[in-house]
Amino acid sequence: MMPGRLNWSGRMVCFAGIVWREALRFAKQRERFLAALVRPLVWLFIFAAGFRSVLGVSIVEPYETYVLYEVYVAPGLCAMIQLFNGMQSSLSMVYDRETGAMRTLLVSPYPRWFLLTAKLMAGVAVSIAQVYAFLLIAYFWEIQPPLIGYLTVLPALILSGMMLGAMGLFLSSAIRQLENFAGVMNFVIFPMFFASSALYPLWRMEESSLLLYEICRLNPFTYSVELIRYALYGQLNWTALAVVVGVTVLFLCAAIYAYDPSKGLIGRKGKR
Amino acid sequence: MTASDKPALRIAGVSHAFGKTQALNDVSLDVVAGRFTALLGVNGAGKTTLFSLITRLYDNISGTIEVSGHDVRREPGPALAQMGVVFQSRSLDMSLTIRQNMRYHAALHGIGRREARRRGDAALERVGLLDRADAKVAALSGGQVRRAEIARALLHDPKLLLLDEATVGLDVQSRRDVLAAVRGLVAEQDVGVLWATHLFDEIEPQDDVVMLHRGSVLARDTAATLAADGTLSDAFLALTGAAPSELVA
Repeated sequence: MMPGRLNWSGRMVCFAGIVWREALRFAKQRERFLAALVRPLVWLFIFAAGFRSVLGVSIVEPYETYVLYEVYVAPGLCAMIQLFNGMQSSLSMVYDRETGAMRTLLVSPYPRWFLLTAKLMAGVAVSIAQVYAFLLIAYFWEIQPPLIGYLTVLPALILSGMMLGAMGLFLSSAIRQLENFAGVMNFVIFPMFFASSALYPLWRMEESSLLLYEICRLNPFTYSVELIRYALYGQLNWTALAVVVGVTVLFLCAAIYAYDPSKGLIGRKGKR
Repeated sequence: MTASDKPALRIAGVSHAFGKTQALNDVSLDVVAGRFTALLGVNGAGKTTLFSLITRLYDNISGTIEVSGHDVRREPGPALAQMGVVFQSRSLDMSLTIRQNMRYHAALHGIGRREARRRGDAALERVGLLDRADAKVAALSGGQVRRAEIARALLHDPKLLLLDEATVGLDVQSRRDVLAAVRGLVAEQDVGVLWATHLFDEIEPQDDVVMLHRGSVLARDTAATLAADGTLSDAFLALTGAAPSELVA
């Protein structure tokens, strides 16, 4: 054997290979890219346009003036792209596990935490490409954050993508069968999206229901949205940053634990 | 004993249970480099569980599993680096070409693009699929997919090749091709092969055979010795007390 391959340069080749495969799969699935793009655009063009007249958004940070509802909702839609992407890549991992492709990944000689993190980051890279495509279109819909915002939003997107991907990764270890994924849509994606600051500022929520407000405040997705919102305007929301990093670490550790052969959940589920 | 003298695979005293179900009971076996070892057992004998332990889908709690002298629990990296696996379920990416699958697999073993292409083409030529290298996996027949998976498993020059019921679902000709490809490797590349099967006609007299039944190893020897004057299936039936109908399950 060549022990040299197990060193860090080998790991980099491995990492690049995992990202390459994810990108290749994504490029081949044009419908997936379109679907990922159409979903937030529908929200932006139709939902937000309708709500514009109903819901005025007063000055909230980080905005310096009154903003149109479309402008308010855009960062939430960026986060939505990443939410769907994170859950979709967890779907693909459940699918991979059932077809045996996941086992191909797990018999790589590199440590399992490394493989799972690489897989996660590959998914994040794809989601970021989608977000930028969305922001580009949104620019012509008068959602025009400062130019520097397009740069400062990148680290926020990486972190938020990692958080949502890590949640998906953990879910993928817990879901036994592919069919259960429809349940994930209903019980994870929609509640997370609606009970957050993506569609309405939290103070409005507080006015209508205190309980719902508290739920929104406990929802990690809210912090994903706020991190992106502030970053898109060149600012840093420290609370959001802390929550996103904390939740990422928590779920990533849980996922790595779940996939660990000696402790994990997959080994306890019996014969396959 | 030098590293090269060590068996490609050594399993000693491995037991495994799922809850109250004892899947493996004190299993020991060796796979010697350059030998074809058949792991023979009916469905449910514990073959797939054993494969899952060797490939570290889950850990062995008791006993030891060594690949070329590397304990899979203490040195999982070097152990996995020496192992090529063909799983029971199809595991190539159907939407990609064979060559793209090869490149991905090579990367998982830290082998860069150029080297992957060279090795991949050599491995594909060996299994007679080089002319199909740029075909999508979805366009291949069942036997071709299997051979492509074998080529992929060889890409990183493993000392041990594991195949879990590799001929399931294949027609007679494809089964023969797959088996011939694997036997060719054993002869020419000094690879140790562990071939899990429930089909007696895949085993030749000179092969090492490990009979696994309800999680326990009943016998380990060459097929010729086990069969003695009769056939291997008679010997298996005598040892297990199983009804002949179980063998075709």
